[in-house]
Amino acid sequence: MTVAVPRRRSSQGGLSPSPRGRQSPIARRTRLYPYLLIAPAVLLVLVFLVYPVASVFFYSLQHSNVTQPWNDGFAGVDNFTRMFGDPLFWQSLRFTLQWVLVEVALQFVFGLALALLLNRTFVGRGIARALTFSPWAVSGILTTTIWILIYNPATGIGRYLADLGIGEHGTSLLSGQGTTFLAVVIAELWKGVPFFAILILADLQSVPGELYEAADVDGAGPLRRFVSVTWPHIRQAVVLATLLRGVWEFNNVDLLYTLTGGGPANSTTTLPLYVAQTAIQSRDFGYGSALTVVAFLLLTFFSLLYLRLTKRGAES
Amino acid sequence: MTLLEDPIARSLPVEPPRPGAQTERRRPRHRGRRVLDRLSLWVPLGLFLLFTLVPLYWMVLFAFRPSGSTSLIPWPITFDHFASVWNGSGFGIYFQNSIITAGATLVVSTVIALLGGYALARFAFRGKTLFLVVMLCTQFIPGAMMLIPLFEIFNTLGLTNNLISLIIADTVFHLPLSLVLMSGFIRNVPVEIEEAAWVDGCTRVQAFRLVVLPLLKPGIVAVGSFAFISAWNNFLFALMFMSQQDRFTVPVGLSYLLGEFGADFGALAAGGLVAILPVVILFAYVQKFLVQGMSAGAVKG
Repeated sequence: MTVAVPRRRSSQGGLSPSPRGRQSPIARRTRLYPYLLIAPAVLLVLVFLVYPVASVFFYSLQHSNVTQPWNDGFAGVDNFTRMFGDPLFWQSLRFTLQWVLVEVALQFVFGLALALLLNRTFVGRGIARALTFSPWAVSGILTTTIWILIYNPATGIGRYLADLGIGEHGTSLLSGQGTTFLAVVIAELWKGVPFFAILILADLQSVPGELYEAADVDGAGPLRRFVSVTWPHIRQAVVLATLLRGVWEFNNVDLLYTLTGGGPANSTTTLPLYVAQTAIQSRDFGYGSALTVVAFLLLTFFSLLYLRLTKRGAES
Repeated sequence: MTLLEDPIARSLPVEPPRPGAQTERRRPRHRGRRVLDRLSLWVPLGLFLLFTLVPLYWMVLFAFRPSGSTSLIPWPITFDHFASVWNGSGFGIYFQNSIITAGATLVVSTVIALLGGYALARFAFRGKTLFLVVMLCTQFIPGAMMLIPLFEIFNTLGLTNNLISLIIADTVFHLPLSLVLMSGFIRNVPVEIEEAAWVDGCTRVQAFRLVVLPLLKPGIVAVGSFAFISAWNNFLFALMFMSQQDRFTVPVGLSYLLGEFGADFGALAAGGLVAILPVVILFAYVQKFLVQGMSAGAVKG
């Protein structure tokens, strides 16, 4: 459907009086319209997205460190071989995988549940939607601020729970190795579930009501209705949403950078966070670029693989 | 018009009074089943609401409660934390910088998205698919990846410590979403309306300005607001490009409050509230357009 409209517009000549509209000067000007209209966007993308990406690939083959300018120059694959011997690289890679899988899986479960709830008809639905979706608009750094207040042993909810006899005084989820992961996962869920729900809800609303009525007539229970009617409709949106969230969680730096700083003992450092630290703190642009190239290639590879697998699943 | 008549838009405000139809349909059912129905909705929804709202309340509590108090209600109320953050920590300046950056990003993004979105929605042209593919690919680029090369570019242009660099970076990073959303909204305006205007003697530009633009209001509000929110929230670019304190934005200011040893939690919460208010108000207003824009074909496009 979306293709049909532009196709009709392309035969501009049909509307102008001359049947050979393509040759007339007006039609020729009209044919330039789309290029003129899209030019600002293309220009910005070329200069500030495509060129920087290309330059990252270039820098990955260079020694470029602000703190050691005498060393700058062509590096060959030095930056890449350095990675193999860098335990922090492997550790961050492992944690990135763990982080993305856990976050996306949990956001999928809770986001789908929230979307299904908010798709039902009830009084106050508009307000319920606005309230439960609001964390999506909150920045990563603000999420950190909020959860620091909650996790801190002096100010947090734990203190009031301890007063009631639940848990102990003075413990912080952010101090232990095991609990830090749980703490950041919860904080990111708070921010991530709403967007997942928004994406799925948008699709749920396109499921024709007659299908549910037909299912009702056939005596289908709630579970059967979900499996046979809802799921096939939203499947495509779920694939897209999980992919997008996966990419975003992979690239998510703000929250981890500020909530844990990648700690304790680098246990919550993702690959992009490692890149940011290398770039901002060490100012080692060469190595940072090489790490980035690896991150980019991995992300693209896994995204394509995911799309491929989900597509095959749809066909079978 | 079509947007307003969209079933989503209609269903969003609190349900219009149709009690007759509802109860008549429900009456034959067992009472117990109805209670169960409500429970299965409100128990999980209540938990979601708690999970969402308690953390927000916690921040409000700390922002308005005097230091050292352990009360769970912000009473007696105090505005000291706001005064100390606004004047002492420089949030007055940060707020101004953030407003300028996000406001300019809003205007620039909306204009570029309107132009480009119109081209994508109404024309078939060579290179369109390639452009869309590149737009999709940009979603895979980690923001952290762009830090180094963008810093080099802005350094060469002499734009570090200049809000213009932030405006450009925020606009470009948000551009793919702005474009796709906007072209979805434009596609929703029937071509026939535009054609009718041409027949009546309008030029293409006039038809757009007089006929399409008024119908696009929800789209413009949505795209502009999302650009504003994403620029307002951006942290890494501001952290990397701005090294002078009088150029900091609110998120950077917050990160410094967070980093202080033995942080002043009241001030931190007040700073957080300053950072959150504009976006939450804006978001509450536009969230229905977000759902709408997504189903308008952005997702399926």
